[in-house]
Amino acid sequence: MTKRIFEITFEIVTFLFMLAALYAIFIYAPIEKTMGIVQKIFYLHVPAAFLAFFAFFITFLASIVYLYKKDQKWDVIAYCSAEIGVLFCTIVLITGPIWAKPIWNVWWTWDPRLTTTLILWFIYLAYLMLRGVVRENQRANLSAVFGIIGFANVPITFFAIRLWRTIHPVVITAGGINISKPMKYTLLLTFCAFFLFFLSLLKNRIKLEKVKIKTENVKAVYEEKFSS
Amino acid sequence: MIFIRKLWAIVWKDLLSELRTKEMILSMCLFSFLVLIIFSFALGPGVMNLKTIVPGILWVVFIFSGLMGLGRAFGAERDRGTLPGLLLCPLSPWGIYLAKMVGTFIFTAIMEIFTLSIFIILFNLNLLPFLLPIALIIFLGTLGFSTIGTLFSAMSAATKARDTILSILVFPITIPMLIAAVKATETIMAGKTMAEVYPSLKILIAFDLIYLLLSYLTFTFIIEE
Amino acid sequence: MRKLPSYEYIIEAKGVKKEFGFKSVLKGVDIQLKEGDFLALFGPNGAGKTTFIQILCSLMLPSSGKVCIVGFDPRSDRESLCEVIGFVSHHTFLYHNLSAFENLKFYGMMYNVQGLDEKIEKLLELVGLADFPNDQVQTFSRGMQQRLSLARAIIHDPMVLFLDEPYTGLDQLGAEDLKQILIEFRDKGKTIIMISHNLDRGLELCNRVAILKSGRVVYHEEISETKIDDFKPTYFKYTGKRPPSSQVAL
Repeated sequence: MTKRIFEITFEIVTFLFMLAALYAIFIYAPIEKTMGIVQKIFYLHVPAAFLAFFAFFITFLASIVYLYKKDQKWDVIAYCSAEIGVLFCTIVLITGPIWAKPIWNVWWTWDPRLTTTLILWFIYLAYLMLRGVVRENQRANLSAVFGIIGFANVPITFFAIRLWRTIHPVVITAGGINISKPMKYTLLLTFCAFFLFFLSLLKNRIKLEKVKIKTENVKAVYEEKFSS
Repeated sequence: MIFIRKLWAIVWKDLLSELRTKEMILSMCLFSFLVLIIFSFALGPGVMNLKTIVPGILWVVFIFSGLMGLGRAFGAERDRGTLPGLLLCPLSPWGIYLAKMVGTFIFTAIMEIFTLSIFIILFNLNLLPFLLPIALIIFLGTLGFSTIGTLFSAMSAATKARDTILSILVFPITIPMLIAAVKATETIMAGKTMAEVYPSLKILIAFDLIYLLLSYLTFTFIIEE
Repeated sequence: MRKLPSYEYIIEAKGVKKEFGFKSVLKGVDIQLKEGDFLALFGPNGAGKTTFIQILCSLMLPSSGKVCIVGFDPRSDRESLCEVIGFVSHHTFLYHNLSAFENLKFYGMMYNVQGLDEKIEKLLELVGLADFPNDQVQTFSRGMQQRLSLARAIIHDPMVLFLDEPYTGLDQLGAEDLKQILIEFRDKGKTIIMISHNLDRGLELCNRVAILKSGRVVYHEEISETKIDDFKPTYFKYTGKRPPSSQVAL
């Protein structure tokens, strides 16, 4: 009972934070001098990027724990976190160009952080696809291994892209925003709101997955009882 | 050492098997030749004189053709049902992996030597002064590719749509290796000193070591049922 | 070769369970065999016989339960275990575009067998393939492949031999050869577990019989000089099915 109360309170708090964030973004925060109103997408872009990486880090840790303990719940955590990570990654990759086009007149910039995010997106899409084609008895094992390999790729990719950019110097650089105090506070607030939102999404997704598994379990037991 | 002897047994078996049919190595080489020709037609005859583009094309051909040979490492064993036979032998799973990785490396290297030769002939490149450094880069790059490729070959062998998922898994992970290898090749072909190649070399070596270590830690889990 | 640990039972399985996702194939199997036993394992299709034997061979890990073979635990001493067991399945584990000699040479090297070339010659002689050492396995008939597979399984003189439907695909001659080899093996004091759909073949050589049904051992007794007719009603009683025909599969 108390668990249920805690859950509902958490959801309400998340909702309120998101409302507050919306207000802060559109009404409280000033419009940036050089970039105009489109700059506000930054409040979505930055937290989403951070949370995508954070989600994939959770997948990485959960994969390691799963291989060590072989308890299925860690595989569920790894999978759900990867899914949400891909979601946030997609948001980053969509908001990036939306921001870039009006300001620098290009859809895509080979900014190192954006490019690393693109590769990470591919890696975790591959993770999700892998889960789709592997047989059940090996799915957790193989996903866990790939979850580890994929994340280990991040630091090397980052350094490689830095190297790559020295051969392909990019005319446009990201950043260069003048951040005033209200903007800082807005960013912080949006950050917290999205972090709570992420936790809420993750919790609910895990719950959904566990129900799915339980249903499959019951189905299997039922089939067995009525076939023999 | 007994361990090395067992590794050699598997490599010997794979080489012998491939020698009988020559199927895979011929398709890899033919494919790489075709891709080179297609690049030439698509980009125009003069473009190959641009030193900047040559290393990129070379490595793209290496990777696409290399992918063809990756499925063989564990795919054939799964298909013919001989994988349990290997697992019954007193050799650790990582030993099996190493042997398969060496096999993949050898076949990919053969394809690369062939491709490089065609490259030199078709585009009148003079690589003689740089032969040793280029060989080192190709060695390190192929090592990384084989390490990752064999790992994923084992993973995808048990799936439906094996070759598709293999490509999807391999491409994102090999991007750092690709970048470093191309940059290194380009630096060497531009006649720069080894010191300038060093940053790329660092990445290549780090890539190889990290994934060899990861394969050691995780391969048992890929094989077990 | 490493010193063997001491053991009371050469093969011991306690509470072995195996689940594939949501499907439970083995629900707690207990079996103990002493050295020199020859166990014939029967059971209807889907009972879990193949899964069980693969777990004993260390090809699969149990979901729970303890397995101990020649004192080794497949989880921790897999390599030592592999050196002392052999497995003949209806899959031959042979490489089709290599010759008989090359196949045996490969496995001999993997098992670190000494005096390999002579050993291969003797084995080929034993299984009746001495005339075909250099022919590729893909040219062999099913029966010949099965005989080569047997040679592969015993090339390292294992202490325990597991057989999963070994008579599948063997003609009368091949079946007799296999029977002779198994008799020799048994007389040397080796331990054998054989799965067979064929009650005749299974009962010819065994000294213990077990029936696996729906992932559990429902019958396990010592048996002496049994006739198939005596066993038929027992089999029927425990599995609720009519026993399969006693014709040798060709």
